[in-house]
Amino acid sequence: MDVIIENLPLYWNGFLRTLFLSVVSGIIALVLGTLLAAARVSPVAALRGFSTVYVEVLRNTPLTIAFFFAAIVLPRLGVKFEQFEIAAIIALSAYTAAFIAEAVRSGVNSVALGQAEAARSIGMNFGQVLSLIILPQALRTVIPPLINILIALVKNSSVAGAFFVLELFGYGRQMANANGDQVMTVLLGVAFFYLLITIPLGILASTVERKVAIAR
Amino acid sequence: MTSVLYDVPGPKARRISLIGSVIGTVVIVGLLAWIAMTLAQQGIFEGRRWAIFTRGDVWMLLGNGLGATLSAAAVAAVIAFPLGLMLCLLRISLVAWIRIPTRVVLEFLRGMPVVLMMLFVLLGFGTSQFVAVVTGLVLYNLAIFAEILRAGIQSLPKGQREAGLTIGLTSFQSRMFIELPQAIRRMMPSLVAQLVVLLKDTSLGYIVAYGELLRAVQVMADFLGNAFLFPIFFVAAAIYIAINICVSRIAVWIERRGSKKAAGGVAPAMIRTGLEGAGNDPVAKNIVPGPDKK
Repeated sequence: MDVIIENLPLYWNGFLRTLFLSVVSGIIALVLGTLLAAARVSPVAALRGFSTVYVEVLRNTPLTIAFFFAAIVLPRLGVKFEQFEIAAIIALSAYTAAFIAEAVRSGVNSVALGQAEAARSIGMNFGQVLSLIILPQALRTVIPPLINILIALVKNSSVAGAFFVLELFGYGRQMANANGDQVMTVLLGVAFFYLLITIPLGILASTVERKVAIAR
Repeated sequence: MTSVLYDVPGPKARRISLIGSVIGTVVIVGLLAWIAMTLAQQGIFEGRRWAIFTRGDVWMLLGNGLGATLSAAAVAAVIAFPLGLMLCLLRISLVAWIRIPTRVVLEFLRGMPVVLMMLFVLLGFGTSQFVAVVTGLVLYNLAIFAEILRAGIQSLPKGQREAGLTIGLTSFQSRMFIELPQAIRRMMPSLVAQLVVLLKDTSLGYIVAYGELLRAVQVMADFLGNAFLFPIFFVAAAIYIAINICVSRIAVWIERRGSKKAAGGVAPAMIRTGLEGAGNDPVAKNIVPGPDKK
């Protein structure tokens, strides 16, 4: 236990950095993912094609490959980052956006047909139908899966620790190396801080799910 | 559904859409061309950089990496599935002191980053990298498998279990012979989709220095020089993505086949839409005779 109390400032720094990475990448991914989902159902064939290819490729790319590309391959190709956080945020948000796009698209498909028909019959164009009628309803139904994607994002941010970003996992690795005799305690401390984010989010997801299920 | 969102395009809209498509394509092609130009300036497309792929040992190293990736994934999947099955049964046990601790354990495993579990096993127990990677993958995926199967069992109509108990099966027998087989079949697409996740997660082995595909790339790049990093990385990423897309396709195929078979039966999605229709559709309400109209 002493190891954890001694290193509490490090844990706290790592926790804040993990939270920062998750929140920033989460917001970027939500925006990007919704745009991708909109492109996927749009009348313009090129947008549909681009969105489909993007989602297919990114969803099937291991996250470590995305990180490897952003943090090791890009700099050697001449794209230099001031901080490795930026590489981490690029990898995390590009990866997560593909999953969010799929979730939002399934939400769009779950909205009753009559909604879109009614909107079109009163003269709305595609942009209006999507932004005023379909997406507000679709986003509501996909809130639980979106929260699950965000939980995965928090856990995925741990990969950043292996690519030169000092967040919870990165500090954990450092502390484990520094305190070779108490590795288990140190890493259980790291686990505790992850659970501090993921378990409340999980409870939130199941609560929302129950609420939505009753409302329907 | 998608075509419901917009009118069938007339000549004008078709023209606009065509122009939009052309502009979009030009922008994307332009972007790719710009990337290609940037890469070309770095000398990426020089023949000598790609000539390494004519060497057998490069392919052998890549093959070793791929073999390590696939074997870790296969071993982990084979161990994780039966364990997940067992924990699923414990999780829905009728006895509270079995059910609740199992739930706590599953929540704990689901809330942890996989790479942290790998590191924990590696440093905490001083195992080999292979064991660490497999154990990390097993611990995480058994929790997910258990949750998927639980969702499958709970989506079954109550009558299945009741019928099993009525004909004299014990609770355990009903679970094993009546409910689980149906749950596994119903959840097949999710289970295969989870296999893709498992396969992807083997790449986390890179972080604990397990000699999988990505690690092989790194080793070769360090050995042959930075000039070869991009070509090797490119090929390795392509291999990874191609395998994952194949497995994903299998999941989609199983899903389609399953939904076709269940068309006459009780696919979960159909139950839901059926209820929604009865509640909201005035015509359906009229068909169902109310008690007062008799």
